[in-house]
Amino acid sequence: MSEPIYRANVLVCTGTGCDSSGAGSVIDALRGEVERRELQGEVRVIETGCRGFCAMGPIVIVYPEGLFYCQVQTTDVEELVEETLVKGRILQRLVFEVPHSQQAVPFYDEIPFYEKQQRITLRNCGVIDPESIDEYIARGGYEALGKVLSEMSSEDVIEEVKASGLRGRGGAGFLTGLKWEFTARAPGDVKYVVCNADEGDPGAFMDRSILEGDPHSVIEGMAICGYSVGSSEGYVYCRAEYPLAIKRLRLAIEQAEEYGLLGDDIFGSGFGFHLKIKEGAGAFVCGEETALIASIEGKRGEPRPRPPFPAVSGLWGKPTNNNNVKSYANVPQIIRNGAEWFAAIGTPRSPGTAIFALTGKVENTGLIEVPMGITLREIIYDIGGGIPDGKEFKAVQTGGPLGGCLPASGLDLQVDFDSLRQAGAVMGSGGMIVVDEETCMVEFSKYFLTFASAESCGKCVPCRVGGRRMLEILTRITEGEGTPEDIDQIKEIAKGMDSDSLCALGQLTPGPIMSALRYFEDEFHAHINEDRCPAKQCVNMISYYVSPETCVGCGMCKRECPVQVIDGERRMIHIINQDGCIKCNTCFEVCPFDAIVKLSGGEIEVPEEPIPVGSFGK
Amino acid sequence: MVLEETKIMNDETVDLTPLDEVLEAFRDERGAIIPILQRTQEIYGYVPAEAIQHISKHTGNSVAQLYGVATFYSQFYLERRGRHIVSICDGTACHVKGAPRLVTTLEEQLGIKAGETTPDYRVTVEVVYCLGSCALAPMAVIDGQVVGRLVPDKVSKLVRELE
Repeated sequence: MSEPIYRANVLVCTGTGCDSSGAGSVIDALRGEVERRELQGEVRVIETGCRGFCAMGPIVIVYPEGLFYCQVQTTDVEELVEETLVKGRILQRLVFEVPHSQQAVPFYDEIPFYEKQQRITLRNCGVIDPESIDEYIARGGYEALGKVLSEMSSEDVIEEVKASGLRGRGGAGFLTGLKWEFTARAPGDVKYVVCNADEGDPGAFMDRSILEGDPHSVIEGMAICGYSVGSSEGYVYCRAEYPLAIKRLRLAIEQAEEYGLLGDDIFGSGFGFHLKIKEGAGAFVCGEETALIASIEGKRGEPRPRPPFPAVSGLWGKPTNNNNVKSYANVPQIIRNGAEWFAAIGTPRSPGTAIFALTGKVENTGLIEVPMGITLREIIYDIGGGIPDGKEFKAVQTGGPLGGCLPASGLDLQVDFDSLRQAGAVMGSGGMIVVDEETCMVEFSKYFLTFASAESCGKCVPCRVGGRRMLEILTRITEGEGTPEDIDQIKEIAKGMDSDSLCALGQLTPGPIMSALRYFEDEFHAHINEDRCPAKQCVNMISYYVSPETCVGCGMCKRECPVQVIDGERRMIHIINQDGCIKCNTCFEVCPFDAIVKLSGGEIEVPEEPIPVGSFGK
Repeated sequence: MVLEETKIMNDETVDLTPLDEVLEAFRDERGAIIPILQRTQEIYGYVPAEAIQHISKHTGNSVAQLYGVATFYSQFYLERRGRHIVSICDGTACHVKGAPRLVTTLEEQLGIKAGETTPDYRVTVEVVYCLGSCALAPMAVIDGQVVGRLVPDKVSKLVRELE
């Protein structure tokens, strides 16, 4: 039975982002409205994976025109169907507007957020229905697996992946083809293929988006890997915090088994491959490969010293190839389009694309895929739309809690594995968090350290104790108790952790603080020597005052103050009692006249008790 | 997690019969401790001490080994939790957009610290690192439902409305 030809396809993103903005009810409303108008034979409503532009969700794209509607709510649906699907007009009020210029851009491919992107790994995300294997196949899916099994030897596959220059997308950037070769050459009949989907970095969600939006690409990549290394069994280790990803992956595996694309004797080639899902249980360190393997075996997820590397002795002591979700997802396209095609994208030493979760203080937050070699400025200003509310860019943190930050002077850096590492940041798994002038870099590094030290598994001393001691020092500094020796001590601990920790978690834990020291040492000195937080964030170093010149005596701050430390009747200049103030920032936010002043390292002159408005200084 | 469907007994004795099905299902699987503990927690809402004893008896893993695993992973709870679970994300993006203030707001409102449960078992508040919805920061998950772009007032109201 062939499907009818639809004159319009309405694609609704149902990634976690759009879903929590209400995409589910928008879909129901759309289907209802389409049926009410008896358009179901002409118009189809499709649930897709993530489009990346999560801040603008729920996102609805209408094809064939490629009309892009954002922040669509159920109340918009009737008009959307009427205007666009019946009358063929653009519904202007749902069209995306470029921040600052307010220019309306109705078409998907003209939106600046997407214009500089090159979607390879994410090419199917948001385009196909992730719960339909047929749609994946229609986009060339499983062709690569067919080609590999019918035309290529396992050595050919490894050579092709090596020639493409694909580097591990988990963050370390090791050559994927070389890794496969190690596992292929390791002696043993039983081997395993493992996919690391334990995406634990706060601020990174690309692996989840791929599993939610294009699960078959990962399955196909893993099956190809299985063929080339001589393995017939694979595991996807996925965070339990990603229920939708697990559900779609499970469904995809069932569909692939049904079509004979997983299981015994695939395509009659004699090669068989079985795939299982293992749910993680919430331990950041399980992103480390030996810890991940221990966790699949049902043990505490503690890393062990390497060598032996998993390629020689991994899961259940057998040779095991472990790659990240994105690495596997790239493989089918490399096989289909050839190594040369892939190697031509990006930079010579880091071919292909990079996926970043662009978040924090930027206008357009979301998931982006860009060719390697693009500059940070292009990412943050052209794609990200710059910093909101007229604030100043301060730093961008890449690589998550084990990464590092770069200041404004690093904005023209071309992004790839090597350039970022040289500058003291890392590619990591692709988190990219932009902060503005209101973020204190000492507090920011303390935040990462809090995370990393809490996630230390405790097995080796440098990581377990070093992280703790460093956190104590940083806490002291943010509380105004820092001493000039603290900075040297941080550097010394960092050196020990870097050289002596068992795994990358301990080795890289000092990363954020060391890069903050490299580029923002002034801020540390201001905290230690002047008792001042330049970003006015560390509560022990800031105070709030009511500006006697600006206050009109409206009483708003007094009403909202949760600890009731603000004095003053109507039409009187209000006064904050410094002793009781908990620095919750409420008065600062609620004052309609911007009369609350936040200071660090200084004070302003205010009357001793409330006096009538306009009488101060007279 | 829908706790209405779980088997929390009012007198706090634990009915171990549903656990036998789980143990049966994983009988032949290697390295099944983690999934068994996960299913156990799905049944009871936490991992009760009685269940650990029972699992130990049936799988041959020592109690110490099971506790070792259960305490290593942050997903497992060894104490009974509230009827409603509020997980505030303090991942990087949420952190820079004000998650810590959401936490203090709830702590003050409920009179408990993050990670604790109200004495009447109404609400458990926990802080988690990154639920991957950074574009909606700051966000939380309340009884499995993602809520984004939170401010203290909004989260406070949502929690007050929980029965």
